[in-house]
Amino acid sequence: MTSNNKLFGLLVPIISVIIGLLAGAVIMLLSGHDPIQGYTALWNGAFGDAYTIGETIRRTTPLILTGLAVAFAFKTGLFNIGAEGQVIVGWLAAVWVGLAIDAPMIVHLPLAIIAGALAGSLWGFLPGLLKAKLGVHEVIITIMMNYIALFITNEIIRSVLTDQNTTTESIAGTASLASEWLQGITFYSRVHYGILIALLAAFIMWFIIERTSYGYELKSVGYNLHASNYAGMNVSKNIILSMVIGGAFAGLAGAMEGLGTYGTISVMAGFTNLGFDGIAVALLGSNNAIGVVLAAILFGALKEGAGEMPTAAGVPTELVDIIIALIIFFVASSYIIRWAVLRFKKEEK
Amino acid sequence: MLDILQSIVPTVLFYSAPLILTALGGVFSERSGVVNIGLEGLMVMGAFVGIVFNLTFADVFGTWTPWVSIVVAMVIGGIFSIIHAVASVTFHANQVVSGVAINMLALGVGVYLTKVWYDKGQTDMVSQPFYTTDIAILEKIPVIGPIFFQGVYVTSYLAIILAFVAWYVLYKTPFGLRLRAVGEHPMAADTNGIKVERMRYVAVILSGVLGGLGGSVFALTIASNFSSVTIVGQGFMALAAVIFGKWHPLGAMGAALFFGLAQSLSVVSSGVPFLENVPQVLLLIAPYVLTILALAGFIGRADAPRANGVPYIKGSR
Repeated sequence: MTSNNKLFGLLVPIISVIIGLLAGAVIMLLSGHDPIQGYTALWNGAFGDAYTIGETIRRTTPLILTGLAVAFAFKTGLFNIGAEGQVIVGWLAAVWVGLAIDAPMIVHLPLAIIAGALAGSLWGFLPGLLKAKLGVHEVIITIMMNYIALFITNEIIRSVLTDQNTTTESIAGTASLASEWLQGITFYSRVHYGILIALLAAFIMWFIIERTSYGYELKSVGYNLHASNYAGMNVSKNIILSMVIGGAFAGLAGAMEGLGTYGTISVMAGFTNLGFDGIAVALLGSNNAIGVVLAAILFGALKEGAGEMPTAAGVPTELVDIIIALIIFFVASSYIIRWAVLRFKKEEK
Repeated sequence: MLDILQSIVPTVLFYSAPLILTALGGVFSERSGVVNIGLEGLMVMGAFVGIVFNLTFADVFGTWTPWVSIVVAMVIGGIFSIIHAVASVTFHANQVVSGVAINMLALGVGVYLTKVWYDKGQTDMVSQPFYTTDIAILEKIPVIGPIFFQGVYVTSYLAIILAFVAWYVLYKTPFGLRLRAVGEHPMAADTNGIKVERMRYVAVILSGVLGGLGGSVFALTIASNFSSVTIVGQGFMALAAVIFGKWHPLGAMGAALFFGLAQSLSVVSSGVPFLENVPQVLLLIAPYVLTILALAGFIGRADAPRANGVPYIKGSR
């Protein structure tokens, strides 16, 4: 049974991705485009040359982190839809520290990164606290926290960080993750050292979940809250901590954008979507660290490659959003894939 | 004072109508036990269909165009919501995940088709939106007439009437009783011969119909065109209204009116004496902060339908 479950654990995401891509091809056909041309453009846009590879890595970096944020909370049975808000406050805090403080790089950069993580964890703390102490559903609270983050951040950018401007000045060089060396080997893409932080974060998540007693408690609470309570675990502490750590990952994702890719923060008309894409990444990655990294690479490549599709094949970039949404549906409805696979097996016999 | 009311009330009604309509959809869905985070996506779909239909058929239907548009948006919204129903009712998918996917899919499809059909990221402005009117006879009532019935959108009153209809349906008809039973205790309902899955399908489709209506009303009164930023958060605000209104149609309407007030205050606040000094950001975040407070029990307890979010699997207990 266990080996069967592991097999399904791999089959479901793979089949979902394949069906998603096929559906994308059908949509291209129906709207009068050539799918082969479309997917060739997508591939070239993501991996065509050193520059696009660099940009794909850049785009993957925050997706790994938001994916981890959602996956980590999910291990405790919590649904963190608030990664989006946590990204935004993390981005703001990191840039704020990058602008306001004057220090050598060895102090400044870690400080800015930590500020981002702290802001994100603060944004995860409140939903965690309300869930643990009052039993309030975290999904709704985190959605509301997203909007509060968006509006407050915009206000701070306008009134505190700038004088009614829409974009802040660039952060000090001592707080920047940008790397001339990495840019040099990728024809000056915006790839930065953040990818190392993201991979480290994935390792940390794996280590916490799989190798510490704390991770065991987290999973235990996720499987059965009451049994864990009976076994003497502090359930509310675990719930709050898992939201706080998840929030820290999402906050880091924001810091990557602020300190690495852009070096600034701008007033946002809507969400960055990094948090919502993180949900897709976590789902496809089966909520484990390695799965999240692989799923983030896939979605990062899809999103980056999409940029090439309008010019090379006339296909609007939104095709990729449709494909990602469909992949989520198929993963979420894994029931049907399981059913189909079981049926298939029976017939073989 | 009268002047202020005369400027605020129609604006409140104008901003509230789409929220009321969509929130009613949310009430139906969640009362049957299906969480609907996808309200935002249903509104996006409604706005998209409403605008595209309006642009395409303005010549055919003339001044009736906006009315036909919202009906078409209701139908397509209902059909679109079947995806959520299939995933969350038949395939027992996580309803929150399915709702998130609905949101992404609607926006993706809407903007994709906009680009394919119009070759740009946003549509033109519609030529036949809803216009403000004075409501015959009622506008003549002294004091109340000028405040409530002059220069308003008929859709605002449609929303309020539908809220009462929804209340009647949910609380005074056998259908409503069954729907609520399915959301509270599906197994007991099943034992009594109520078809749980069918009820939930109907409820989710109703939420699609009302969400499509809400989105198209928003598009044809407030936005006038469609792009990726036409619907930004109104669906989630409607969801907040569902919770703040304690899953009751009239409560949801009240909450939506209140959120509409918050939204319109951030628009008209400069003209209102005691509001001039309130920072706009506070008005913007008010609906979300209040929802959190309501859920935390600071504004009365809000109890969700008991089986909300739990897929019903026949035979399991």
